[in-house]
Amino acid sequence: MSEYVLFSDALVRSTPLILTGLAVALAFRAGIFNIGAEGQFLVGAAASTALGVRWGPSFGTAIIPLALLASMAAGAVWAGIAAELKRRFHVLEIISTIMLNFIAIHLISFLVRGPLQEPTHIYPQTTSIPLTAQLPVIAPGTRLHLGFLLTIAIACALAWLLRHTAAGFRIRATGAGPTAAASAGMIDVAKVSRRVFLLSGSLAGLAGGIEVSGVTFALYENISPGYGYTAIAVALIAGLSPVGVIVSGIFFGVLETGATGLQRDFGIPAATATVIEALLVLLALALNQLRGSRSLQFSKPATT
Amino acid sequence: MSALESFLEGTIRTATPLAFAALGETIVERSGLINIGLEGVVIAGALGGLVAAGYGGGGVWGGIAGAGMSGVLIAAIFVLFVIRLRADQIITGTALTLLSLGLTATLYRVIFGASGSLGIPTMETVRIPVLSSIPVIGSALFAQPPVTYLLYAIIPLLWWWMFRTHAGLALRAAGEDPLAAVAAGIPARKIQGWAILFGGFMGGVAGGILVVAQAGTFAEGMSSGRGFIAIAIVVLGRWHPVGTAIAATIFAAASALQYLFQAMGWILPYQVFLALPYVLTLLGLAGIAGRVTAPAGLGRRITGAEI
Repeated sequence: MSEYVLFSDALVRSTPLILTGLAVALAFRAGIFNIGAEGQFLVGAAASTALGVRWGPSFGTAIIPLALLASMAAGAVWAGIAAELKRRFHVLEIISTIMLNFIAIHLISFLVRGPLQEPTHIYPQTTSIPLTAQLPVIAPGTRLHLGFLLTIAIACALAWLLRHTAAGFRIRATGAGPTAAASAGMIDVAKVSRRVFLLSGSLAGLAGGIEVSGVTFALYENISPGYGYTAIAVALIAGLSPVGVIVSGIFFGVLETGATGLQRDFGIPAATATVIEALLVLLALALNQLRGSRSLQFSKPATT
Repeated sequence: MSALESFLEGTIRTATPLAFAALGETIVERSGLINIGLEGVVIAGALGGLVAAGYGGGGVWGGIAGAGMSGVLIAAIFVLFVIRLRADQIITGTALTLLSLGLTATLYRVIFGASGSLGIPTMETVRIPVLSSIPVIGSALFAQPPVTYLLYAIIPLLWWWMFRTHAGLALRAAGEDPLAAVAAGIPARKIQGWAILFGGFMGGVAGGILVVAQAGTFAEGMSSGRGFIAIAIVVLGRWHPVGTAIAATIFAAASALQYLFQAMGWILPYQVFLALPYVLTLLGLAGIAGRVTAPAGLGRRITGAEI
């Protein structure tokens, strides 16, 4: 394989990492611990597959945006459950989103063995979505698809939103804590939190939709090798900056593609990549603390 | 064995490791911290248990001890970051879970090769005379591996320690208001450090039980969310050792329901049963809303030179 193909493979891998990384970064910026990007990714993938398989043949290429919108909606609904549980019953989103991740895993398992299973009922997966429902390849001879460019565009839009708009200011103020939000003016913290949670979920859901429309073309159980968890590392290494997430997402994409190759060719466990990712987060955390910076501090202070 | 008996037996078997991890986390959270890295602690305990019991020749109890110490190792990193460096607990915990899941998968392959380890002999069931012959519940409660009986002893011991000793009072004081605790001469940060290490030992033992008393071998990611579930169980159990044990049993019963329903001939997709415990946990957490009070200082950042 040429370096050209290898690097494009890394970019393909980095696409879901960047999008889920953005989902996590956005939520953390507003002080919401969305650990549920994994589950939101899965339901997003399921929704876009269902649309592509069911209506793909009759809608032509128009199904692509519809499927992606459906994936965003599904991700938002999944995050919305946690948001509602938090708003009404004060259930910690750290716990509820993790529970929802497990429920999503079993939901996918049910779908690919039940209502969405391929017609021969032999394999636990769906049929492939039709060619017209697949995202076009943007670099000839590779698997690099339009979803990558879309992802970069979304990251830039988020960066602009956070830095230059009133909504972005409200998000940052909400993340800085209720006191800061109050002193910054009339900010409805609960409303901002809920909207950010839904947007975060829709980004993770979109990651699932793009993965199906651009890479796997079908739904199966292990469609995510833990993108939603790696996303937390991606977002933290990037210091929760959307543009930074592009860089760290591509870096992790290269790392994981390389690790897969090393396992295949030299028997070095691919899980080593996870170890390196975790060590990088701890390193960033340690440096951050030793420098006395507060940029990776989210818990409320223990003052009375 | 009747369907009801195998359901009850399955409940206690599933509850045992969950209760160990959740009881440890109860102490951690009573001290005012949350260790989201518990999932990593449990998986470290699982591999540590296999290595100590099989490779190290420690037998089943050596395996349990090795598992506990592996959990302590992961917890020690948490102490270094959160207590020493005052880093964010949620980020530290998340990173530790990633680290431990990756590290155990890597080490397992390095130590045992691609083919994996051979199974180790598991802890044998010990029937307690008389008690195990109680109809229906006897064999479920009293025909278990000895580590389950250890759990029965730990629950009242922890209750007594938490609510009837000075050390337990100091722990709760640190969790309610660390600044006030320090002002009263209680070394809050030191207590939190020890609480984390204790939680690490208990979480590690939970992982060890999965290997040494149940599966007899290790598999990548075999903790499969038990650490996270244990954290939810602590909330459901209202940060009380007895409550935690009850919550762990209820969760385990929901997981074991499939045995009962299969026997009754109910036809439902099996994924419904697999997802049920998580759905019940969410419902339970929503149901107890407003009726529980978390330790006031729970999850707060440790600031200031005074503590």
